[in-house]
Amino acid sequence: MATEALHENETLASLKSEAENLKGKLEEERAKLHDVELHQVAERVEALGQFVMKTRRTLKGHGNKVLCMDWCKDKRRIVSSSQDGKVIVWDSFTTNKEHAVTMPCTWVMACAYAPSGCAIACGGLDNKCSVYPLTFDKNENMAAKKKSVAMHTNYLSACSFTNSDMQILTASGDGTCALWDVESGQLLQSFHGHGADVLCLDLAPSETGNTFVSGGCDKKAMVWDMRSGQCVQAFETHESDINSVRYYPSGDAFASGSDDATCRLYDLRADREVAIYSKESIIFGASSVDFSLSGRLLFAGYNDYTINVWDVLKGSRVSILFGHENRVSTLRVSPDGTAFCSGSWDHTLRVWA
Amino acid sequence: ISGSSSVASMKKVVQQLQLEAGLNSVKVSQAAADLKQFSLQNAQHDPLLTGVSSSTNPFRPQKVCSFL
Repeated sequence: MATEALHENETLASLKSEAENLKGKLEEERAKLHDVELHQVAERVEALGQFVMKTRRTLKGHGNKVLCMDWCKDKRRIVSSSQDGKVIVWDSFTTNKEHAVTMPCTWVMACAYAPSGCAIACGGLDNKCSVYPLTFDKNENMAAKKKSVAMHTNYLSACSFTNSDMQILTASGDGTCALWDVESGQLLQSFHGHGADVLCLDLAPSETGNTFVSGGCDKKAMVWDMRSGQCVQAFETHESDINSVRYYPSGDAFASGSDDATCRLYDLRADREVAIYSKESIIFGASSVDFSLSGRLLFAGYNDYTINVWDVLKGSRVSILFGHENRVSTLRVSPDGTAFCSGSWDHTLRVWA
Repeated sequence: ISGSSSVASMKKVVQQLQLEAGLNSVKVSQAAADLKQFSLQNAQHDPLLTGVSSSTNPFRPQKVCSFL
């Protein structure tokens, strides 16, 4: 028995030193490729002018903090979810509420629109992700057609349909992400690797293939292969929880927003962080980020109630938007890039253009 | 014995690092140049960047015709 324990200790020690070696090698290689900063490459790019972005619509109706929102592909409908347990579908042009459903739990932290526009998914403290078909039949009770798809062992923090209504990707406080078949509720793939709650995820633009990125309370952003369940790249430069991740429109990079009050840009081909968006005056966490259509602008919502607009290439802030009366918790640019919507703990959503 | 599970999880760590070490990464100068090019090429199609006028942005106030 003593010899067995001794043998295991030797194996553990040799594995540890191999890991240290590999880490050292990785850092050396990454350092060699770090020949310049992004903002230096963008030095001669014309600076952006003044931006006039205002609140064009205010969506009122939630009884408590808005936690999540998503756009429909039709560029006008929006689904939002709240601490009050309600999920509402809005027509953002008219601000009319088209559907509303009350979840059996409070803190509905995640919601998503199906690509077809015919269903929505949501979940939160119930540890599940459920799909509701959207019906225009006044006699039908939306809650009656509810389908439970995902089951986690802790809260649902994020969800997203893949390219079709048939599969959903989820992130959870249980530290894992998972891919589910909507029809059968079957678990297709699970993604293990985060050392703490996973708070966010984003799917790579369809042209770039089957990967997605997730961010968590372990300060890591991880890129996953959806088919194998393998983590293909990991980044650990943030100093606190990563609340939001979003792919750059080309699929070659992604941005993150964190409780450390910074947003960062990671390039997947260079395999490293290439920009930090921060200011000494910004001391509150960034809760949500999204890019404009060309990727030139990064919109970020913060816990100090503001939205900062960053020049992605030059690394400078180009605008600061006021309006919300409490934390901004969620933010998405519309599918055709004509506007973006923000949701807040002040119970409202705002559409900006 | 806790020893064997430490060995197993350490093996996973080493495997993951070997995977990451095998990536063929590009220089930041190249990656950054590509990001820059993508943004500049698509700038004109970015409504929030170019500031699309009222007539084409459904959220901006329409100019109202009044009947006299």
